Amino acid sequence: MATIEQAQVIKKQHLIDPEICIRCNTCEETCPIDAITHDGTNYVVKPDVCNHCMACVAPCPTGAIDNWQPVHAEKMYSIDEQYTWDELPAPLALDVPDTPAVADAGTTDVNTEADAEVTIQGSNYVAGSQIPPWSASHSYTNLYGTRNVVTATVSGNYRLTDDASDSDIRHVVLDFGDAPFPVLEGQSIGIIPPGTDAGERLHHARQYSLASPRDGERPRYNNVSITVKRVVQDYDGNAVKGVCSNYVCDLQKGDKVQVIGPFGHTFLMPNHPGANIIMICTGTGSAPMRAMTERRRRKHLEGQGDARGKLMLFFGARCKEELPYFGPLNKLPKDFIDINFAFSRTPGQPKKYVQDVMRERLPDLLALLKDEDTYIYVCGVKGMESGVLDVLQEAATAGGMVWPELHATLRQKGRLHLETY
Amino acid sequence: MSSINYNEKIPNNVNLSEDRTLQRALEHWQPNYRKWWNEMGPEGSQDFDVYLRTATSVDPQGWASFGYVKMPDYRWGIFLNPRDVERQVNFGEHKGEKAWQDVPGEHRANLRRIIVTQGDTEPASVEQQRYLGLTAPSMYDLRNLFQVNVEEGRHLWAMVYLLHKHFGRDGREEAEALLERNSGDQDNPRILAAFNEKTPDWLSFYMFTYFTDRDGKFQLCALAESGFDPLARTTKFMLTEEAHHMFVGESGVSRVIQRTCEVMNQLKTDDAARLREAGVIDLETIQRYLNFHFSVTIDLFGADESSNAATFYNTGLKGRYEETKRDDDHKLYDRTYNVLAVQDGRLVERSVPMLNALNEVLRDDYIKDSVGGVNRWNKVIEKAGISFRLKTPHKAFNRSIGTLSGIFVSPEGTMMSEAEWVRRERDWLPTSEDRAFVASLMGRVVEPGKFANWIAPPVMGINRQPVDFEYVRFN
Repeated sequence: MATIEQAQVIKKQHLIDPEICIRCNTCEETCPIDAITHDGTNYVVKPDVCNHCMACVAPCPTGAIDNWQPVHAEKMYSIDEQYTWDELPAPLALDVPDTPAVADAGTTDVNTEADAEVTIQGSNYVAGSQIPPWSASHSYTNLYGTRNVVTATVSGNYRLTDDASDSDIRHVVLDFGDAPFPVLEGQSIGIIPPGTDAGERLHHARQYSLASPRDGERPRYNNVSITVKRVVQDYDGNAVKGVCSNYVCDLQKGDKVQVIGPFGHTFLMPNHPGANIIMICTGTGSAPMRAMTERRRRKHLEGQGDARGKLMLFFGARCKEELPYFGPLNKLPKDFIDINFAFSRTPGQPKKYVQDVMRERLPDLLALLKDEDTYIYVCGVKGMESGVLDVLQEAATAGGMVWPELHATLRQKGRLHLETY
Repeated sequence: MSSINYNEKIPNNVNLSEDRTLQRALEHWQPNYRKWWNEMGPEGSQDFDVYLRTATSVDPQGWASFGYVKMPDYRWGIFLNPRDVERQVNFGEHKGEKAWQDVPGEHRANLRRIIVTQGDTEPASVEQQRYLGLTAPSMYDLRNLFQVNVEEGRHLWAMVYLLHKHFGRDGREEAEALLERNSGDQDNPRILAAFNEKTPDWLSFYMFTYFTDRDGKFQLCALAESGFDPLARTTKFMLTEEAHHMFVGESGVSRVIQRTCEVMNQLKTDDAARLREAGVIDLETIQRYLNFHFSVTIDLFGADESSNAATFYNTGLKGRYEETKRDDDHKLYDRTYNVLAVQDGRLVERSVPMLNALNEVLRDDYIKDSVGGVNRWNKVIEKAGISFRLKTPHKAFNRSIGTLSGIFVSPEGTMMSEAEWVRRERDWLPTSEDRAFVASLMGRVVEPGKFANWIAPPVMGINRQPVDFEYVRFN
């Protein structure tokens, strides 16, 4: 992880909620680097020692351990200060994004590299793998940060959703010219929108998953593509203009863009012959699935061996007009990829979510789950996570497997990857 | 070593398959255990799918795997913390020797006694709590009860493993007896008195998990220091699970208090009768429950002066709480400790050799830890703007073991005549009316996200799940 030393850099500080903590000492016992200590009142995390390894999070019986507050890097709460707390301080307002970054579909809010790590590990720690598949290629991460951004040039910006749809999802191609920017399918980049927010601070970066495979959107050129949805309302339906998504959606060919990254070293595809991939996504969560599918398609065309593994896709959207990549996906041969769509708002038809369609395919899912060469990828809105895990459990149970064990194996072997926002 | 071989009948990280005799002994015990679970475990719940935490290995990643499990299918197994080959006996006359991997012959009887006493409490609490599921205040609480139950079951496995592995035929007989004694049984009761008490309602359950499971924590902490390495490694891992039990207690009582305070503020009253009419438990009743559970639990530490305790320590079998974090000679031959005694009708402190007072040392550490949580409960009351404060009673209040048994002391620590004490007992300990009132509130609430009127919802769910998550699926 890159070090972050600048005065204006914002870090996430690991804190323990003294109102919920029962002082059971489990975290202190668990921490491999002695970053946690206590006095007669509180258990606290040493800000200069904790490396966000998350070992303490699962064993904590209360959830008090799972607090990450944005702070100025040079003003982290000392342990002496933490000892005096009866409750956690209110999160610093200066770090709350002006727009609901989580509503920027397909993105997570990243201030720094460290922040990205916390966000990704924090939200998926319990259910998903923290390691890549054994046959994943080595990823490069954090080559560019807020101190050394790289400039990319827009070489294309296409609308993916039907013109009649309210939903404006775009496929944006960025070219890095001669700047090194090696990437793998499943990785993401950060884009820093120009200008400052109402508080005169620079905007922080938003993270977007790559939709193109490792050899580029246009093969053998130094370019990548991303899938971006224009955010025009927040989760509650209030009108909000997403700062970064609107900036990206309005980009014209030839515009220059400030980029950081690449990020991600676990949500990576297996490369060995015969590896099966189950892909489950909603909306712009399709980006990494498109990247992996395209990688496989190109290898398939070259007649390479690892195309032997099965590809199974579950893809949810409100209706087919809002489904990015709908047209091209339908042109892929059935024996290359097994595609299952779920539409939740098709007039005259019952609502269908990805987990419903997965349930219809339980026997096939089970067959794949039983295969040790099967890798599962989930990307989309946070709400889908538990539903998807439930179906996987049902399939496992139906097949006489014990889900907690299978789940643990999937995690330990880098075979279950979740990226939800 | 930390991964578990689930292909075997009994999940374990102790290479069970390499010890055929032991494996067969345990496989013989396992069906008896299951029979006990089906007969004495949570009533009417064997078919539920419960969102439970199962240990799949002892590292931080592996021991908290969540998923739906039918309780009789829970993977009870044998898990020891990884071995430290450099570990030594850290206290007593053997201090500095290499920690024992086998039972030293001369300490065999004492070690067996320690392990059986600890082991007996585990199934006992499952038995005490077996009917609580029928009156759960929420699906969230029902799940927490079941989690506590299956983990107490696993703790029994942990102790039975030690008995089978290290104590031969005696150990096997003791392991059978652990399933034959029953909580509250007239003819064949559990060993310790507190584990023959009823846990009749959920307030009692929360108090029990707060106070009595905390006794378990301190006993386990003392055993985790043991020179007998397998016992130390077993109890160390049990402590990680025990933390959840105390969480259930601390947060449970806290939520009861919070709900009461809400209603006190709504009705602008502190009148117990009016609060009871409104269906919440008045703070005075909570104080009386606290007095009861606190005093019954501190008896579990044993007599204030005990030659057994001295022997256990001196021979390296059972240490003090956080023994290795303490800065002294760890032999204690010249140290003294103050215990309470009665002199001329007053309580006075008396200095005695520390080795003989080790029960009292552990009890005092326990009391300090308990008081911390009570203070956190008071924060809830304080936040609600109410002046009432809960207090732990005096150490000499309502005691039945040691020098302090048979004397009459108020919760404030004033000695008095028996007549006076009996006259005021109903102010201090739960009356039959209190218990009947609390029992009258116990109705089953199990729709996801719904909570009984007398308790507030928790601030967060289990394993980041929402509070209204379907923690139990009734089939």
